[in-house]
Amino acid sequence: MADPFIELSEVTLQYGGGTLALAQTDLRIPQGDFVALVGPSGCGKSTILKLVGGLLKPSSGAVVVAKREVAMAGSGAGAGAVGVTAKVRIGLAFQNPTMLPWLTIRENVMIPLKIVEPFRKDWARKKKGEFAERADALLAQVGLQGFGDKRPWQLSGGMLQRASLCRALVHEPQLLLLDEPFGALDQFTREELWDVLQTLWMKQRPTVLLVTHDLRESAYLANRIAVMSARPGRILEEREVAFARPRTLETSYSPAFATLVQQLRMRIAHARTPAQGDAPEPVGSTPVPVKAAA
Amino acid sequence: MNPLSPQARQRLLSAAALIGFFLMWELICRATSVSDLVLPRPTQIAHVLWTKWPLLWPHTVQTLYTTIAGFALGVGLGIVIGVIIGSSKFAYDVAYPLLVGFSGIPKVAVVPLFVVWFGAGTVPAVLTSMVISIFPVVVNVATGLANTEPELEDVLRVLGAKKLDILWNVSLPRALPYLFASLKIAITLAFVGTVLSETVAANKGIGNVMIIASGNFDVPMVFAGLVILAVMGVMLYAVSAFVEGRLTGWSQRKDASASVVMA
Repeated sequence: MADPFIELSEVTLQYGGGTLALAQTDLRIPQGDFVALVGPSGCGKSTILKLVGGLLKPSSGAVVVAKREVAMAGSGAGAGAVGVTAKVRIGLAFQNPTMLPWLTIRENVMIPLKIVEPFRKDWARKKKGEFAERADALLAQVGLQGFGDKRPWQLSGGMLQRASLCRALVHEPQLLLLDEPFGALDQFTREELWDVLQTLWMKQRPTVLLVTHDLRESAYLANRIAVMSARPGRILEEREVAFARPRTLETSYSPAFATLVQQLRMRIAHARTPAQGDAPEPVGSTPVPVKAAA
Repeated sequence: MNPLSPQARQRLLSAAALIGFFLMWELICRATSVSDLVLPRPTQIAHVLWTKWPLLWPHTVQTLYTTIAGFALGVGLGIVIGVIIGSSKFAYDVAYPLLVGFSGIPKVAVVPLFVVWFGAGTVPAVLTSMVISIFPVVVNVATGLANTEPELEDVLRVLGAKKLDILWNVSLPRALPYLFASLKIAITLAFVGTVLSETVAANKGIGNVMIIASGNFDVPMVFAGLVILAVMGVMLYAVSAFVEGRLTGWSQRKDASASVVMA
């Protein structure tokens, strides 16, 4: 791992209200890797995602993506003042599909092409037809063939989440950030979408950072699983996941898979109750000598 | 369409209620033989409207024109102020006390001021109508803009979207239903402003006709003025409701044929 695509070094983040979300976190992700972040609720998984995406600035430490510092610690005002997005194309999807209700599904999927260079200037040059074909092709890959002209409210939650994945991938991002993308779906839809995501990843090969509560999901999808401690978050352990791809439902019911999930589960159970000697969780009145981010 | 569809039935009942209202009015007036100085019968009002129409028409046009001018100015200004306030938390916090203070002033109180500044006539009426229709627009546009989901904003910011991109592609379309909701309020308020100013200081307009008629105890004429105002109000309301339906059908989720705002 000589030249990681994403590198967090001793990153600490304290929110404006005083909550210490991350403490001295290190994480390195090589290009094209698929990493899942798991951990107890509120441990700062989403915070890491936002730091990498340049949506937050660390209170101290450095976040580097593609050898460029996303944001310097404590560098002045202006939340979201980031330089990385100009060089690295990023896709982002949340648990909530957040489709724009006044656009069709196809138009929703095309939004990144309207904003991200180099597509943006082609959009101005009326290459919309070409972009529409691209969106349709992607929609077909996730099983939404023929739904491009529908409105978001005509689709089910699972279908919207497929469309949301398409929107996150339509501009062929080098980095895909997923924050519990399947959290609101039922078990069957979720497992179906694991396959969809796996297929898309194997095809486009973006670097993926997936935040999830679902340990089976992390084991099914990721090359590597980073287990985080309770707040303030730190990476406790990184596990390589060696199952051959493409992984299938059978993989997920193999004994090795079950063992891995169980080990992860036990690790998080211990993470919830800090061992003796660990620093206690900070409470509101505890003075924390870290400069606030906001 | 089936003539007895729920929609048709509802329209039929609405019309029946309207006719029934005037019928009851007529019958009660006749039964109690109340003086037309107190409450004229609908047929008397209709008669005045019919015979005095050539006299009333220019005033109607004047009031309509004044109201639309004031409404247009008020909405234009309201959108600008609303966008400024709604797209920045800082501007919102700074301007909010000022806004509340201004909206707290009874608009009747500003009419004499406008008359002092611009003299009696059309200008104070337009201005009153404008001032009165600004606030609902400002408040609704600002609220609509502030309602963008933070997650969606993150999705766009990660793409490198500038503030203007987000405003144009997401926040403004999202605020449209709020804007139209406020237009329906603003158009009726604009009438209030116009008539208010016309009754205080003007020599033209329905408000002026009504104040003169009431001075002459010509109560049927006063009611005729009210009817004209009501009809104009309904018409303008219907126009804004129609435009709203065309532009923000997506927010009502009725059918798949909702039109597209952003191409």
